Amino acid sequence: MVTHMNRSRPLTCPLFAALIAAMTALASPGFARDWGDVRIGVDATYKPFTYKTPDGKLAGFDVDIANALCIEMKAKCGFVESSWEGIIPGLRANKFDAIVSSMSITEDRKKAVTFSDKYYQTPTNVIAKAGSIDGSPASLKGKRVGVLKASIQEKYAKGELAPAGATVVSYDSTQQSYLDLKSGRLDAVVVDKFEGQGGFLNTPEGKGFAIAGPDLADEKYFGSGAGIAMRKEDIDLRDRFNVALKTIRANGTWKKIADKYFDFDIYGK
Amino acid sequence: MDASYLPYVLSGASLTLAVAAGALAIATLLGIVAAAARLSQYRVPRAVATIYATLIRGVPDLVLMLLIFYGGQIAVNAIAQRLGRDDGGGAIDIDPFVAGTITIGFIYGAYFAETFRGAMLAVPIGQREAALACGMSRAQVLMRIVFPQMVRHALPGFTNNWLVLVKATALVSIIGLTDLMYRAKQAGAATRAAFLYFVVAAAIYLVITSVSMVALRWVESRYGRGVRRAVA
Repeated sequence: MVTHMNRSRPLTCPLFAALIAAMTALASPGFARDWGDVRIGVDATYKPFTYKTPDGKLAGFDVDIANALCIEMKAKCGFVESSWEGIIPGLRANKFDAIVSSMSITEDRKKAVTFSDKYYQTPTNVIAKAGSIDGSPASLKGKRVGVLKASIQEKYAKGELAPAGATVVSYDSTQQSYLDLKSGRLDAVVVDKFEGQGGFLNTPEGKGFAIAGPDLADEKYFGSGAGIAMRKEDIDLRDRFNVALKTIRANGTWKKIADKYFDFDIYGK
Repeated sequence: MDASYLPYVLSGASLTLAVAAGALAIATLLGIVAAAARLSQYRVPRAVATIYATLIRGVPDLVLMLLIFYGGQIAVNAIAQRLGRDDGGGAIDIDPFVAGTITIGFIYGAYFAETFRGAMLAVPIGQREAALACGMSRAQVLMRIVFPQMVRHALPGFTNNWLVLVKATALVSIIGLTDLMYRAKQAGAATRAAFLYFVVAAAIYLVITSVSMVALRWVESRYGRGVRRAVA
């Protein structure tokens, strides 16, 4: 079960966020660090981006990219595990220095953290019974559409599909929405392209279903890809990551890693 | 179904057990102290214990866990910086195992306190007075008269609290501890066989709680010697 696609859930309750903000305000500005050691926060429940192997080791696209960036920055990197709910609080509490865990760059999150440039961006798709609809908002009028709770896809569905007359149903996991799509309780789901293919279309359950319409990438809803999140004051670290990202994009390292995991381009435009 | 993660998930049970055992020790100790404080003749300990029980039982466990682990860390960092100590990135790091165990112990201490308070009240005051009149010291009254009966009264509630506590240890996965629950989640995400691993996790929790129920029932019958039972 993949519980978050493009990882756009809100993090913990507002009360808690306010408290963290107040406490952070108390702290004096951080000391300058030379970033010879960088601690990377990950939530290893998002295959193939960040996951555990059966012997308990961290693996995946995010982990490989992080390691490649660290080599480029000549930094010693260690990984710290965190749950998704606790990952931004953990960053701000100095449990680690950067989050490389498929975190979507969104305006909301920018209030709490600073982001590097994107290191990948997967589009979103509408999935429905093959040939039933064309995926446009108009074609979903009067239909029931499933999305992951608190995801960027939910934001899109509520912003574009609900006004066009669709009923938006939110689920705790994408797996649950696939079950309802299969059983006919839903007419379509809106999911991350990668998640939809790996989790549904390419499985026996997905037989007879297909992507409806073009890839969706409206920045207003889908943000600008996945980036590395850091504390706001660590501008110097962000700059280092950005330089290293440019280098691995240019010298072929990024592509070598991506080809290990994906058979389509996940950098986007 | 892909069962290759079974050993990884199973080994998470030892962490779950360690957290549960540590938390139980803290909760029992805190519970006894808080129960005694609530029954104290002095106003201050009574007030402190009442605030503890009200606050802890009234706030969701999850919120407390996050507050203590992240909020506590930020407070520690702020103090360290004020004192001019650059921790160079987490030199003073609150360990998630320690934080998780203490937090759960701290939360369940409030529930245990109520169980113990009820048990203490269940021992008739006349027995205490009689024992004192026989010439026993206060310590003797406690050890010979009050404690054995209190244990008997407390055990059903104690067992109940312990079962809830065991399951509440799943909360530590939120602060990044790879306990049974977190490992099941990771294995499910990696294999897309979430159901399998959640069922495995559920079975392990059930084994832990069943074994402890049997053990506690034995203790209960031991402390219940001499009490006549109605035959159904």
